[in-house]
Amino acid sequence: MRIVLLVFFFLFSVPALALDKAAVEKLAAGEADERAAAVSALVAEGDQRAAEFLQAVAEGDVQTVEVKGVRRVFIVKGGQAVDALTGEKVDPVPEGAEDVVANNRLRKEIEGGLAALKLLAPERETRLAAAKELASGADAAMLPLVKKALEKETDAAIKPVLEVIAASMEVKGGSKEQRIAAIRRLADSNSPNSRTLLAEAATDADADIKMEAQKSLREVQGKLAWGERAGLLFAGVSLGSILLLAALGLAITYGLMGVINMAHGELIMIGAYTTYVVQVFFRKSDYFDWYLLAAVPASFMVSAAVGMVLERVVIRWLYGRPLETLLATWGISLMLIQSVRTLFGAQNVQVENPNFMSGGIQAFAGVVMPWSRIYIVVFAALVLFLMYLLLTKTRLGLFIRSVTQNRDMASCVGVPTGRVDMWAFGLGSGIAGLAGCALSQLGNVGPDLGQGYIVDSFMVVVFGGVGQLAGTVYAALTLGFANKFLEAVSGAVIAKIVVLVFIIFFIQRRPQGLFAVKGRAVEA
Amino acid sequence: MKRRMFVKQLALAASVAAIGLGSTSLYAQGKTVKIGVLHSLSGTMAISETVLKDTVLMAVDEINAKGGVMGYKIEPVVVDPASNWPLFAEKARQLITQDKVAVTFGCWTSVSRKSVLPVFEELNSLLFYPVQYEGEEISRNVFYTGAAPNQQAIPAVEYLMSKDGGSAKRWVLLGTDYVYPRTTNKILRAFLKSKGVAEADIMEEYTPFGHSDYQTIIAKIKKFASEGKKTAVVSTINGDSNVPFYKELGNQGLKATDVPVVAFSVGEEELRGVDTKPLVGHLAAWNYFMSIKAPANDKFIKAWTAYAKAKNIAGHKDKPLTNDPMEATYIGIYMWKQAVEKAKSFDVAKVTAAMAGQTFAAPSGITSTMDAKNHHLHKAVFIGEVKADGQFNVVWKTKGPVKAQPWSPYIEGNDKKKDEPALMAEKKK
Repeated sequence: MRIVLLVFFFLFSVPALALDKAAVEKLAAGEADERAAAVSALVAEGDQRAAEFLQAVAEGDVQTVEVKGVRRVFIVKGGQAVDALTGEKVDPVPEGAEDVVANNRLRKEIEGGLAALKLLAPERETRLAAAKELASGADAAMLPLVKKALEKETDAAIKPVLEVIAASMEVKGGSKEQRIAAIRRLADSNSPNSRTLLAEAATDADADIKMEAQKSLREVQGKLAWGERAGLLFAGVSLGSILLLAALGLAITYGLMGVINMAHGELIMIGAYTTYVVQVFFRKSDYFDWYLLAAVPASFMVSAAVGMVLERVVIRWLYGRPLETLLATWGISLMLIQSVRTLFGAQNVQVENPNFMSGGIQAFAGVVMPWSRIYIVVFAALVLFLMYLLLTKTRLGLFIRSVTQNRDMASCVGVPTGRVDMWAFGLGSGIAGLAGCALSQLGNVGPDLGQGYIVDSFMVVVFGGVGQLAGTVYAALTLGFANKFLEAVSGAVIAKIVVLVFIIFFIQRRPQGLFAVKGRAVEA
Repeated sequence: MKRRMFVKQLALAASVAAIGLGSTSLYAQGKTVKIGVLHSLSGTMAISETVLKDTVLMAVDEINAKGGVMGYKIEPVVVDPASNWPLFAEKARQLITQDKVAVTFGCWTSVSRKSVLPVFEELNSLLFYPVQYEGEEISRNVFYTGAAPNQQAIPAVEYLMSKDGGSAKRWVLLGTDYVYPRTTNKILRAFLKSKGVAEADIMEEYTPFGHSDYQTIIAKIKKFASEGKKTAVVSTINGDSNVPFYKELGNQGLKATDVPVVAFSVGEEELRGVDTKPLVGHLAAWNYFMSIKAPANDKFIKAWTAYAKAKNIAGHKDKPLTNDPMEATYIGIYMWKQAVEKAKSFDVAKVTAAMAGQTFAAPSGITSTMDAKNHHLHKAVFIGEVKADGQFNVVWKTKGPVKAQPWSPYIEGNDKKKDEPALMAEKKK
């Protein structure tokens, strides 16, 4: 229909048809109900300019003003104003023009209307996106449009989505047979929206409808429950990978070298701030989306450098004196926090996610896995793998292990233990920096960032067993899962307490952690 | 024991100092008057409170430039209670007994206010408290320039219940685990029940301070929302936990058109660190938004922008932001000035009496009035939707200023409590 109209216009080269004036004016300056009606009127008009106008309203690009009793409406985009009715350029916009505010209700109406229009678009992608948009709940008034789209639709991916949309509209109204058919069709769907509709239908006065709805509801709920379980599993893996990243550096500095480094959290924080600085450099360029590629090595280097300086200046004088190390590094952590606060301010800084990290993928029914978390799980695995290679396959790794196991002996056979200490500490700090880079994509970047992770990191290392990398991995994942499952059952506050209590008991029973280092190395 | 010793010593030191300097430098000769500024400049609350200190200093500069208060130059005494609640009380005592401040502007969290309250009552000094809070308190020594629950929480919920707000039927009450969210949610629960919302249609969730992983919470909200009718979330999450909460909300694709989230502690400043594009449409309820179009607001923003540039305030010098507690602070200090000039004295009792009925053309575009009795401001309520640039679109507002009800009628036994602090004053005598 729209295409026919467009063809008609082109054939006769009529200047663009004016929009429904009353509807545009009502949408710009009417009461709430009038505005909703105006949206429907404009959608029904169905031409390109109506769609553009609605889009502009939804995005807040429309201004309106009343001059001498005449209401004028403009679309203002990128500093250029166009009269919404005539399409003529307006320069300048008359004084006193006010923004046309679209609230959630209006935006939902507009989005629904636009999506319904797009169902007939020639491009497959547009149609699919529009169908998905409508699937999250659409106005029943769109039913004729959806049905028409359904008749024309041939694509195997889009058709079922449309069928569910049509069914969800028919569940509420229509004849009994239609409703029952719709309810049966909804049983195949796995969207949370269908559950809402079926739950409503399950309380229907009609016994047949009630029974059918309950049957369908059970099926949908079964599918959704699997999705929820999978979602929980993913949440556990995600938290586990974050704990792992935060604790991996500590596993080297504390686990292998025995340095109680209270400034570990601040090394994470420095990594996050480095990411922020890199991001600021990239903000003006066209390659903004790729800033992480530069931020990852940068955060590693900066944190590693800070760590090595710390080791050379403070920590190496305190080897074998855990209490002094603890106090000294704690003091350093305060200094680092304060200096970052002076440099960047007490406020959190804004680290924007690159586009590919935003949003998520609909993996199961009703469960969205955010891209940022998926990438961080992959990143953690990668870091772990590289560290494993470094520790087992390289000369530096060999030296680190030998110094850990028997410092005197290593020294005797010519290992430069002092320098190895420095490199090892640098490595641990650098990995903390990587953790900071990853964390900046999920949470806050502020001077206190590290404080929230220091306890968790120590918990993971101690739980896993000091001096063991494998233990750290298992501990991080175990704690991640335990936290998330408990959270789902009891709420976040209780979950945190239960996990802490569990660890206290566990450490009492098994002070050496999950995996104990055995043999002569223990005494060293 | 130790603390008492310390206090004694402090009082001694203060009196010595007063003999030495007080008589010459204070009030009499140089014509200066000291005011206290009691906001955390370090620790977890620094994020929110630092700008309030700067707001006080800006207002002081403005007032001094125009000849001060009754010809007295204001001299601000800034202390840092470091987000440490007991330290708030100590610093307050120091300000009052040692620095002899005429009035103090300070506190953000309710727990810090509760900590300084006995000090202000014992030493009979004045505190101006600029943040929205849970009510359940009226002190003769405190003026509350932030919102009481009926000036923020209740109207926001009413809006979401209305057709324009999406006619929400099911409610998630989500908050940080401490006194303000718990009390507010208690009030809201009673309010929702009075509106006929069933117990099963309310879900209450709390997270610890600084919680950063909202995956399961949002999964829970999604599940709850799909189990019945239109759902809305009321968030009293405080501090920087809001950033990961909103990031997760955006990433998980929970759109405002499906499940709107209305927040009571999220303003322009809190959204500074968040990519707001996926959050368009989520709501906040306040008594002021930076985006409000009013001449008084233009003036306020302009003054703040210039001040932030001149003083090189981190963050604000490049991207100046104003928010509700800043406005409340600003109103408070000007009202105090007006009251002093009306009373022609810095005396606490006289200033308190003169505060009743003070008015000020607030940046929010209304004329704010101090209630004659209950020490709270009459305020207009605004509900805003987040825009892509981190500002708010005002989608609903009250017709005019609303009188504060510090004793919420939705908490049992409050109907017997008097809407003025006289009761407490009598108790003291």
